[in-house]
Amino acid sequence: MNILEVNNLSKDFNLHILNDKWIEALKNINFTMKEGEIIGLTGKSGSGKSSLMKCLYRTYLASSGEIIYLSKNGPVDLVKADDHRIIDLRKSEITYCSQFLSVIPRVSAVDVVCEHLFRVEKDKDFARSQAKEMLEQLGLPYELWDAFPVTFSGGEQQRINVARSIIAKPRFLLIDEPTASLDAKTKDVVVDMILQLKANGTSVLCISHDEYTLERLCDRRIDLKFGEIISEELATNQ
Amino acid sequence: MSRNADNWLLRVTNLTKIYGEPNKNTVSLTGPEFNSNICPETDSIVACADISFDLYPGEVLGIVGESGSGKSTVVKLLYFDMEKTGGAAWLKPYADGSIDMLSESNQKKRFIRNNLMGMVYQNPRDGLNFNFTSGGNIAEKLIMAGNYHVGEIRGRASDLLNKTEVPVLRMDDRPANFSGGMQQRVQISKAIANNPPLLFLDEVTTGLDVSVQAKVLDLIRELQQDLGIAMIVVSHDLSVIRMLTDRTIVMKNGRIVESGLTDQILQDPQHEYSQLLVSSLL
Repeated sequence: MNILEVNNLSKDFNLHILNDKWIEALKNINFTMKEGEIIGLTGKSGSGKSSLMKCLYRTYLASSGEIIYLSKNGPVDLVKADDHRIIDLRKSEITYCSQFLSVIPRVSAVDVVCEHLFRVEKDKDFARSQAKEMLEQLGLPYELWDAFPVTFSGGEQQRINVARSIIAKPRFLLIDEPTASLDAKTKDVVVDMILQLKANGTSVLCISHDEYTLERLCDRRIDLKFGEIISEELATNQ
Repeated sequence: MSRNADNWLLRVTNLTKIYGEPNKNTVSLTGPEFNSNICPETDSIVACADISFDLYPGEVLGIVGESGSGKSTVVKLLYFDMEKTGGAAWLKPYADGSIDMLSESNQKKRFIRNNLMGMVYQNPRDGLNFNFTSGGNIAEKLIMAGNYHVGEIRGRASDLLNKTEVPVLRMDDRPANFSGGMQQRVQISKAIANNPPLLFLDEVTTGLDVSVQAKVLDLIRELQQDLGIAMIVVSHDLSVIRMLTDRTIVMKNGRIVESGLTDQILQDPQHEYSQLLVSSLL
């Protein structure tokens, strides 16, 4: 079954405050994604990868086209769905892990990670213990667990970012550069975690520049250039 | 659980408040396109017009706009602090959402306020009685909803003050002796005393020192996560909106110019005014 069907998706920005400057970010994007697939999204900086992801998550409003997502309750066009539906899906099925941790101030690392799980499971202690396990696997030093991530290094923040997105085992994961800023050992841990999600049925769209990550993770790759798909290919190790 | 169009907690349609004597052109001659709230024909002031939105259970809605946008007016109308000129509002827990609460009698409005809503004002003097102790203020809310058991009331007041990190030892002190931040926290305790499904927060951190602001915002976030209350948060400060809300309404000259998911409004604002606001972040 296809978990995602993207048809003729385009995204433009009309910047009124810059004299109505018009920027084309995505042009006629078409692709499908099977349930349980991991697709790698590649392309040069500025090619539209994050824009595509943000359209899928509804942070960006698509200018035209449709995004048919197969939710637990049936197909939904993410472009046209109302805000409440999207909020619901974000709480229960779709998780977006951005490139950089957007720091909610004065929340400890453990609490940042467990927040989503707590919302689902409603058991604070269980959620926190799961969070701690993850932080341990990711090699985040114990002293930092109760500290505020705003002061952490890029790699430390990245690990918290990934942990918080994975912990609630979403049905559909959008993840932007999960292994940038990480050393080789931690990269492997993160990749293993994502593969574990896949084994549990999660579908993953992953942006990455890192060849090692892409090779280990992806079933398929989609390459973008200047806002368009220029190639789609199956991974060579399939 | 799938959401359908009937799952709203609060439904507001065409809410309008006009001061003065409007004529049939008043609404169409004011608004963001005219950059004015004042009707050129009658000099009446359109504080807000045609405000419509839904709020679902557990959702946090932000209303952002600059001075004169009408954002506080919307909340004051919904909390019955002022009378509407037009429009309607339905609250699901009240008569199963079948009666426009803005047209109800004062007695029924008092019932709704005391049992189904909480309000936190920018100025604690608007939400607290400075002649009562902090515990007494909370008790007042509980008594107005029909709880008369003194032991239970004190117990509840104590719990709430703990929750909002106000030292319980100060339960018998008057708010006049508290810092601004603590006054706000007492207000919050009072507002949630009856476990209302809906909480209004009107510029609650404006004017507070940054560190105090932070504490109050953190508290609100925590309460929202723990209690799952639906909230309407009014603020001119986009960082507050970013931190607290799921969805946001942008208002200008008494009208809604844009509404959407908060991250969308902040990262992909469509309306010219929203773009201006977002780019004005320091």
